[in-house]
Amino acid sequence: MSYLPKSPWLVHYDASSCNGCDIEVLACLTPLYDVERFGVLNIGNPKHADIFVVTGSVNEQNKSVIQNIYNQMAEPKVVVAIGACATSGGIFRECYNVQGGVDKVIPVDVYVPGCAARPEAIIDGVVQALGVLEEKYKNMGKVAK
Amino acid sequence: MGERTIIPFGPQHPVLPEPLHLDLILEDEKVVGAVPSIGFVHRGLEKLVEKRDFHEMMYVIERVCGICSFIHGQGYVQTIEGIFGLEIPDRAKFLRTIWAELSRVHSHLLWLGLMADAYGFESLFMHCWRVREKVLDIFEETTGGRVIFSVCKVGGVWKDIDNETLKRIVEVLNVVEQESKALTDVFIKDFTVQKRTRGVGVLSYQDAIDVGAVGPTLRGSGVAMDLRKLGYAAYGELNFEPIVEKDGDCYARTIVRVRELYQSIDLIRQCVSKIPDGEIEVKVKGNPKGEYVSRLEQPRGQVVYYGRANGTKYLERFRVRTPTFANIPALLKMLPGADLADVPLLALTIDPCISCTER
Repeated sequence: MSYLPKSPWLVHYDASSCNGCDIEVLACLTPLYDVERFGVLNIGNPKHADIFVVTGSVNEQNKSVIQNIYNQMAEPKVVVAIGACATSGGIFRECYNVQGGVDKVIPVDVYVPGCAARPEAIIDGVVQALGVLEEKYKNMGKVAK
Repeated sequence: MGERTIIPFGPQHPVLPEPLHLDLILEDEKVVGAVPSIGFVHRGLEKLVEKRDFHEMMYVIERVCGICSFIHGQGYVQTIEGIFGLEIPDRAKFLRTIWAELSRVHSHLLWLGLMADAYGFESLFMHCWRVREKVLDIFEETTGGRVIFSVCKVGGVWKDIDNETLKRIVEVLNVVEQESKALTDVFIKDFTVQKRTRGVGVLSYQDAIDVGAVGPTLRGSGVAMDLRKLGYAAYGELNFEPIVEKDGDCYARTIVRVRELYQSIDLIRQCVSKIPDGEIEVKVKGNPKGEYVSRLEQPRGQVVYYGRANGTKYLERFRVRTPTFANIPALLKMLPGADLADVPLLALTIDPCISCTER
């Protein structure tokens, strides 16, 4: 992909992460990595977002919150699972209150490994998500502009 | 008197990346009460001691929280060393102190950034995090990780920092200190910032003690309690005084953290000038038996660890009591009487770490 067809806005939810991946997601937006220069914005409102960034694993309490945010997002949408916990449960997978990765609740398009995931990996994941987003636009019979 | 309304705050809220959830009871625009609900981040990692042996458990405990990860690891190994009755080499103690204070610098810069964002100073937020990246670079160079380090071990530390690098760390910190000065001046002197923080969310001296607040929240209300004065790790050989402010409002709590930022940089300088040469670990033989409580000062306040071992390689019980858990009652004391628009600010001034609280 040589250019960004769209300024992707993302909504971030901390499922049951240890904060490690969360502060790395925030670090992506701050001057050293500064993804805002590509038009990537972290916003609080799920209805404005194209990409749903989830860190941490799923439990009984936050299941409905994840589903709720996902359902509020407009189509087409892409889900990026960040960190070992969001992809599989990670180091906590054997804990009694951890049910596993985010894909237990909502469909996940891109998995980003790492504990904690490095900002470079997160940015790479989001860039891959853009490709998926474009694909979804095409399938809907639209062209991303 | 207006009608009462309940407004849910969180769990997904722009001010904080973490799922803090409060049910705010409002009369018109004024908050009259708040009910916190937790459990969104609960993993139950204390129970993992039954499945991971006491060496491996360090890596789990470090992931209680990604911001104060080093000090969690340090607290855990101190507890196990306490059960063993191990005395670790002096160099390891100093290295632990250096990493712990670097954690405090990065945590406070992170918090100052979030605070600036909470009252709409976005460029200030960006600059705080820009300066913080320099500290993370030091971490990456010395431990290999940016937020999770896994460098503590029972009996010492995994990695040494050579004296050359130590000197360079001090040089980097000089730059960090200089650049932070320009930023923290805004928090201290800016008229608009003071309008938002002065006299807001006052926690009196007595209330702070009664609800059992800890850390900068407690010291912002005039109570001089800093567990580093206990002298664990190398703190006994360093020269410092707890930082105390009297007013107990958001402004005082900000100032405490700003001054602690410089204090930590100073402590690292002292460590680098006093660090002895020698071994960085002692051999650990056998399995622990007995129980031990250790207390440490995290960027957010006092953290207590309890461990009980029965002579096998798995601990019987491990318990962490984290600073935010102690500070939530303080937050509930501050909220009544505040404006709805000030709630994000107040929630931030206790520097909440929900991931610590719920584990």
